[in-house]
Amino acid sequence: MKKGFFAALPMYIFTLFFVAVPLIYLAALSFMERNGVWGVDASFTLDNYRRISEPAYYGTFIFSLKLSLITTLVTALIGYPFGYLMSRCENGRLRACMLFLVILPFWTNALVRIYGFIILLRGNGLLYSLLKLAGYGGEQLSFLYTQPAVILGMVYALLPFMILTVYSSCSKLDPTVLEAARDLGASGFKGFVTVTLPLTADGLLSGIMLVFIPSMGLFFISDLMGGGKIIILGNLIKNQIMTAHDYPFAAALSVMMLIMMLVCLGAVRLLLGGGRKRGETR
Amino acid sequence: MRLKAAGRIYIWLVLLLMYVPMLLVIVYSFNESKLSTVWAGFSLNWYRKLVTNREIMEALKNSLTVGLLCSLLSMIIGTIGAVGLDRCRGRLNSAVSALSVVPLMMPEIITGLVFLLMFSAIGLKAGLLTLVLAHSSFCIPYVFMTVKGSLSLFDRSTEEAARDLGASEARTFAEITMPQLLPGIVSGGLLSFAMSMDDVVISFFVTGPKTNTLPIKIYSQMKMGVTPEINALCTLMFLFTLAAVILFAAVTDKQRKKMKN
Repeated sequence: MKKGFFAALPMYIFTLFFVAVPLIYLAALSFMERNGVWGVDASFTLDNYRRISEPAYYGTFIFSLKLSLITTLVTALIGYPFGYLMSRCENGRLRACMLFLVILPFWTNALVRIYGFIILLRGNGLLYSLLKLAGYGGEQLSFLYTQPAVILGMVYALLPFMILTVYSSCSKLDPTVLEAARDLGASGFKGFVTVTLPLTADGLLSGIMLVFIPSMGLFFISDLMGGGKIIILGNLIKNQIMTAHDYPFAAALSVMMLIMMLVCLGAVRLLLGGGRKRGETR
Repeated sequence: MRLKAAGRIYIWLVLLLMYVPMLLVIVYSFNESKLSTVWAGFSLNWYRKLVTNREIMEALKNSLTVGLLCSLLSMIIGTIGAVGLDRCRGRLNSAVSALSVVPLMMPEIITGLVFLLMFSAIGLKAGLLTLVLAHSSFCIPYVFMTVKGSLSLFDRSTEEAARDLGASEARTFAEITMPQLLPGIVSGGLLSFAMSMDDVVISFFVTGPKTNTLPIKIYSQMKMGVTPEINALCTLMFLFTLAAVILFAAVTDKQRKKMKN
């Protein structure tokens, strides 16, 4: 027996019982049959997957995917320039101050922040009062309980993740490389597309992962900002467990969700030109 | 130059938008009136109400208990695991090393669901224990990673020197290895504690009907509507986070300075 084996043992046990077994159990359960209200029958069936193709569930999948993609795109569009500009700030103290102001919301409970957002957008909230001050005389407006409100909530909750990953990869960027491109005649835009973007693609990619992966499951945001009208995959899975008690179907939904995510992230990675690989050789 | 100014404005504008909702919560938590539309004067009333609210205090106690147990458990298992895997490398170990951080990339909803399914399969009753177990699934990888980070900066020769000078293996570990890994262990532990205190989605699945954590309690209250008490609670949580971030920055700063020397 190798030295150190016993010290590594806790990690073996952890990986086995907290990672491998749960995933295998999830996959196995998705092929089982439901039995009664709470039970599960250990017989093989593909019914759960067949059910996902029913319009109601299939529709939720597509809708949730669309919502997540929009969320990720908006977050990247706001977060990438932010992270990039922050890394270019020459004043070290100011940069540290900005970084602190991004890290603070990153650590603050998402519910606490979403709660502030609800107060802001509510029917008689601050935004409405401001509009009234600006001369808006129409009826009371509520920005809540709409699809854009849910997207806004998600972007708001997940933006710090994007900013921080982009910032960390942009601050490793060597500015002289960009200068060289400019000296060789590249326009500002061309320099960005051919030098800056590829060199910071790994940061953007991890930002996209950190935003895209949770966005399909954050049921509390769609619950609170969508008022129960907007159903994303997270709500669907939650309802299958909490109200329908259909464990195998919930498992099948989760497996499909994982597959969908892997496909999407794989596509993004290809699109960004295998940012990881470039990062490693650097 | 003009581009630079535009960049500055953009950054501060986004930061402003990020902070307005949080500042609103803080301001309204001191509002005398129950209605958040009018300002009726400064008051600490809602904080007084909060402290006497037994359900919220119970939820706070649960959250702290779970957070502390989780970070303690993660600090022990994560540290031993990282050191152990570092000592004997091999194909199996690198596989374990890679697999063990999978929970960090897993959508929380699936982690929550899987643990609920497993606990119900083995007949474990939902409560504090299930919360600790489920939270450990993402806390242990955090400590594992931070300690692994410390290990990569770790100078092996100091350990060898101690052994050559006659220190026992245990003493070497306690006096040479441990102090160098401590910043990694502490920052991993703090991270675990914060993540456990923060968690909504996983807790929602594995918590029992009578065991509330603070975020779960806030969630169920928020679903019923906006109350000034929640304003006060959210303000306190925000201030707590502020203190934790400053503490965390101090710890990592100390580590960085040590590395420089």
